[in-house]
Amino acid sequence: MEKIAVQVDDLTVAYNYKPVLWDIDLFIPEGVLMAIVGPNGAGKSTLIKAILGIIDPIAGSVAIYGEPYDKQRKMVAYVPQKGSVDWDFPTTALDVVMMGTYGSLGWIKRPGAKEKKAALEALEKVGMLSFKNRQISQLSGGQQQRVFLARALVQNASIYFMDEPFQGVDATTEIAIINILKELRKAGKTVIVVHHDLQTVPEYFDWVTFLNVKKIATGPVKEIFNDDNLTKTYGINYKVAINK
Amino acid sequence: MSISEYFQLVVSDYTLRTITLGTAVLGAICGMLGSFAVLRKQSLLGDAISHAALPGIALAFLITGAKDTNILLLGALVSGLIGTFWIRGMITKTHLKTDTALGLILSLFFGFGMLLLTFIQKQPNANQAGLDKYLFGQAATLVEKDVWLMTTVTSICLVVLLLFWKEFKIMLFDADFTKTLGFNVRFIDILITFFIVLAIVLGLQTVGVVLMSAMLLAPAAAARQWTNSLSMMIFLAALFGAFSGVFGTAISASQNNLSTGPVIVLVAAVFVIISFVFSPGRGILFRQLRFRKNRRDLKLQKTLQFMHSIAVTHENIEHPHAIRILNNFQGFTRKTLQKLEEKDWITLSGQQWALTAKGFHKAENLFNQQNTDEHATD
Repeated sequence: MEKIAVQVDDLTVAYNYKPVLWDIDLFIPEGVLMAIVGPNGAGKSTLIKAILGIIDPIAGSVAIYGEPYDKQRKMVAYVPQKGSVDWDFPTTALDVVMMGTYGSLGWIKRPGAKEKKAALEALEKVGMLSFKNRQISQLSGGQQQRVFLARALVQNASIYFMDEPFQGVDATTEIAIINILKELRKAGKTVIVVHHDLQTVPEYFDWVTFLNVKKIATGPVKEIFNDDNLTKTYGINYKVAINK
Repeated sequence: MSISEYFQLVVSDYTLRTITLGTAVLGAICGMLGSFAVLRKQSLLGDAISHAALPGIALAFLITGAKDTNILLLGALVSGLIGTFWIRGMITKTHLKTDTALGLILSLFFGFGMLLLTFIQKQPNANQAGLDKYLFGQAATLVEKDVWLMTTVTSICLVVLLLFWKEFKIMLFDADFTKTLGFNVRFIDILITFFIVLAIVLGLQTVGVVLMSAMLLAPAAAARQWTNSLSMMIFLAALFGAFSGVFGTAISASQNNLSTGPVIVLVAAVFVIISFVFSPGRGILFRQLRFRKNRRDLKLQKTLQFMHSIAVTHENIEHPHAIRILNNFQGFTRKTLQKLEEKDWITLSGQQWALTAKGFHKAENLFNQQNTDEHATD
């Protein structure tokens, strides 16, 4: 049987009194490229943040390869939403990518030649090597997203969590990013992506989770990406609605 | 006394030297830590903390009955920290937004502090005079012991900064990501906030409660204009802060003992104005100049584009054409033609022009951002 990369049990998260995630059970098998889809406010980002320990859940537990997240940090990489940081921060693209190495360095120890080399390689992989010394505010939205992706690549993890990596990027960048994600899957990594564009789900992903506060369904795209689940998640018959 | 006399006196006069050194060190530590406050968008936290320190000073005096600076500042530190934790608590535990919490704590603590000050003034004790100097500060009261304290705190702060440099930087940029890497974000956060409170408390004697936040923010805001590197920004902010301290004290001492705090803050404000206007990257002046230059370049490119459209119809691209042809097109003058020639894009002879190979190539690639982006390889 295939290994379970991420296991979520009875996860419940609430802001104030309103539940954002309700009793989520989720198994993510190793080596899938999975989309999390759902309407605005469905708790997609919150699910990732709760798994990564950024938000404390009210109840429930998370296991990464059978162990709590705290013990498995180095196996996990994270790409936050691009809008979550101030891009006018005084630093360069290379410097941001280097931050991906800070986790393995631990407290106080500074990055050295080895870390710099890894960061440069990651920048090259996302096609941003020539921008390495650029101040990050002078990058376009797509370029900023690539820098974030490079920072996660440098973490050299087994599981990648990405919060809307395709948001506000042009077609070239979208293709560049999805090719990197597919490469990661080919290398046996597990990639979990919060995704908004339902059209591209069957083309990009092999696994999908429907989420709307509760988990609606999770499984292979071929089996569960259908009108029934879309209707249950979005409350309208999605395909009928756009074909009108 | 003129300012030059003042600087001569600094070398020989012990008191002046102490005061100057004190304001310089204070400016440096405030600039350094102010950079963090600015980058975390917590600029107003400093204002709230300094105002929150006032009741601590009054209470410390009421309890001990002594006007020992260290004891008063200890009181300021305690009440500043209490204010800070209340602000943080309000933000996390209630629906109130940051600005509301800051405003509430600021006015509440300051009001209480003023109340205590007036209460102390009514007391029959002759010792109470001078507590109100903490409102606007008085550098003249600095003694060697105070300067030593400031220098010690600044040194400790510098060591901590160098030690946790990487952690501070990543936390300032992306706190959520930092948390996923396993760093204790809360600890880093409290460390930074603690040092900010400490710097503010140290500055109360010199700059005073009311204006202290400007000491934190002005050097940092000015420094940000000159550099895109965090380390350089912090270094420049410390430098600007130190210079503001020295010049502020010099002006205040040489002009009839003007109140030091306000003068230092005004000098810092001059740094800010100069930086906003004259810094090469982000300053208003150079931005405007670049904008004009870009507009001129675009006009040239438009003309070149038109010339290209004529030239491509000929087999030999360097075939000369009459300048009169360009009359159909509004975007040229004699000057633009000369500019184009200077750039080696065209050649002029009499009433004729011809594209050069270089100009032709430039025109072909005018809209191809991939190749003409001059910064792509820097």
